Amino acid sequence: MEIILAIGIGVLTGSGVWLLLRPRTFQVIIGLSLISYAVNLFIFGMGRLRTGAPPILHEGVVDATARYVDPVPQALVLTAIVIGFAMTALFLVVLLASRGLTGTDHVDGREQGQ
Amino acid sequence: MTRALDHLVIAPIVLPLVAAALMLLLDERRRSVRTALSLASTFGLLAIAIALMAMADASAPGAGVSRTYPLGNWPAPFGIVLVLDRLSAMMVALTAVLGCAALTFSLARWDRAGPYFHALFQLLLMGLNGAFLTGDLFNLFVFFELLLAASYGLLLHGTGLARVRAGLQYIAVNLAASSLFLIGVSLIYGVTGTLNMADLAQRIAAVPGDNRMLLEAGAAILGIAFLVKAGMWPLGFWLPTAYAAAAPPVASVFAIMTKVGVYVVLRLSLLLFGDEAGASAHFGGTWILFGGLMTMIYGLVGILAAQDMPRMTGYAVLVSSGTVLAAIGIGGVSVTGGMLYYLASSTLALAAFFLLIELVERGRAAGADMLAVTMEAFGDGTEDESEHEEEVGVATPATLTILGLSFFACALLIAGLPPLSGFIGKFVLLTAMLNPAGLVQTATAAAPGAAVPMPSAEVWAFLAVIIVSGLATIIAMTRAGIRTFWAPIERSVPRVLAVELAPVAVLLMLCVAMTIEAAPVMRYMQATAQSLYTTSDDNSARGILPPLEKATEARP
Repeated sequence: MEIILAIGIGVLTGSGVWLLLRPRTFQVIIGLSLISYAVNLFIFGMGRLRTGAPPILHEGVVDATARYVDPVPQALVLTAIVIGFAMTALFLVVLLASRGLTGTDHVDGREQGQ
Repeated sequence: MTRALDHLVIAPIVLPLVAAALMLLLDERRRSVRTALSLASTFGLLAIAIALMAMADASAPGAGVSRTYPLGNWPAPFGIVLVLDRLSAMMVALTAVLGCAALTFSLARWDRAGPYFHALFQLLLMGLNGAFLTGDLFNLFVFFELLLAASYGLLLHGTGLARVRAGLQYIAVNLAASSLFLIGVSLIYGVTGTLNMADLAQRIAAVPGDNRMLLEAGAAILGIAFLVKAGMWPLGFWLPTAYAAAAPPVASVFAIMTKVGVYVVLRLSLLLFGDEAGASAHFGGTWILFGGLMTMIYGLVGILAAQDMPRMTGYAVLVSSGTVLAAIGIGGVSVTGGMLYYLASSTLALAAFFLLIELVERGRAAGADMLAVTMEAFGDGTEDESEHEEEVGVATPATLTILGLSFFACALLIAGLPPLSGFIGKFVLLTAMLNPAGLVQTATAAAPGAAVPMPSAEVWAFLAVIIVSGLATIIAMTRAGIRTFWAPIERSVPRVLAVELAPVAVLLMLCVAMTIEAAPVMRYMQATAQSLYTTSDDNSARGILPPLEKATEARP
């Protein structure tokens, strides 16, 4: 499971970085989204992977660390998703404004060679 | 009374939040109510900040933390704490001062150049205060995102091609940096299992050898995220463009945004990688030092090359933040004290200069027609304002004299020439580097005099770059001043309102006050530096954490 997650994060990050470096604003925003997915998975992985373990403690359970999964990274991922979502929406608006004002979707606001 | 004082720590976050929320409910037409609310909140913030600073200063000179505030009353390593110490109190006060000045300035007309200026402004202040006060890494991320989100809106305030173009790049860079921030935080959490800064400081020494590399990688990635904000050399190319494009009052508040990055670097490097961090002690210090030096060099080349004043000031921001970073890299109590003094003085001066530029350039065509375009684009309700404004501005040569004097004062402050506070800051920095034990006589016990190298190659390099950057700044400032004040033969005297001159004057007066009252101010800064260096001791961590044994027992 670890190797699948690691490869997944790697592929997402790699594609994200490549897209981030492209000259079109839409590619940049997709790249940033991919990177934020990769980051969310990475935070999740930092809580150690475990299947079928609940994150909320119950009373009277002995040996809690073996039976439960760390809830903190899940809370962090949730926060990061919300913030990332808001930022993507905001960036999208700026992207549209830039397209409207400059007439091009190049990140510099003008086509190369102009 | 003491209970009320306890809650004062969270007031700098709650007050702007409530004000912003109320403003969103108000109709766009009810401008006077919004303005009143905004003014009340910002000046209230200033009062709170001064009270907090007095509270922090009242604590024992050696004590690191003067007050903590557990959010929701959850005990420390599990819940989030706000921490008040001298440094955070000082930064909150600096934010409040800049906030008041920029807000007053914007009332003349900039707040009408686009919607939701006041609400965004309050949210920016809230994010800044939160970032300064929090004692938790992930909470720091949340406040960073808050202040960044507000800053995106403010940067675009007034729209126009230049702003949207700069804003696009600014947002992309900062979103990428935020991803790095998250990666760094989660790596550190994965290794140490905590996000509380004080708890982290205690655990870092005990991290086993094979995990240490992961921890340091996490810290380095985290550091890059902050250094992007601080505008360190290879990461700061976005800064001059963004600052030059921003509306003047916005740029003036942004002067403290680079200092947020610097603040976090200072705090975390001393707290997490202080003398007690075991094998990781002083991790990254050399990188910060050389990064700072490169930033200064890049900034000073930029200052000389810049064609217009807003860009030049953008590069001056880089020089200022490079100086502070290099001083952090060198380290030591007295250097840090001088650095803090320089930080306060240069932030005030740069903020004043961003405001001043707009007034000075108003006589020229370029700035004026850009504003006219944005006013037009924003639509109705603004025509009567511009008429109104032309009646009020007084065109007298006296205006030009005041502007000239302010420009002169700003030039002295930013270049660091005597007699103003910019000089004192640089002078203390240089003295402290050449003679680490010289300034603080009382600090024999805590000053790690031995840790500071006696004038080594790096120190000489830093010294040379500081002096050269001062020279470059004064050359560029003189050139700009001559071009603006002396060269034009037919120059229309800019129409300036008192409400626009007052903030500039107040900011400059504060610098003058810092010069005259240099001794008490410097004592505060040195006490701040001292407490930063003792913060890694158990004593301060205990101020944040509950009694240590209890915390370890409760942890599974």
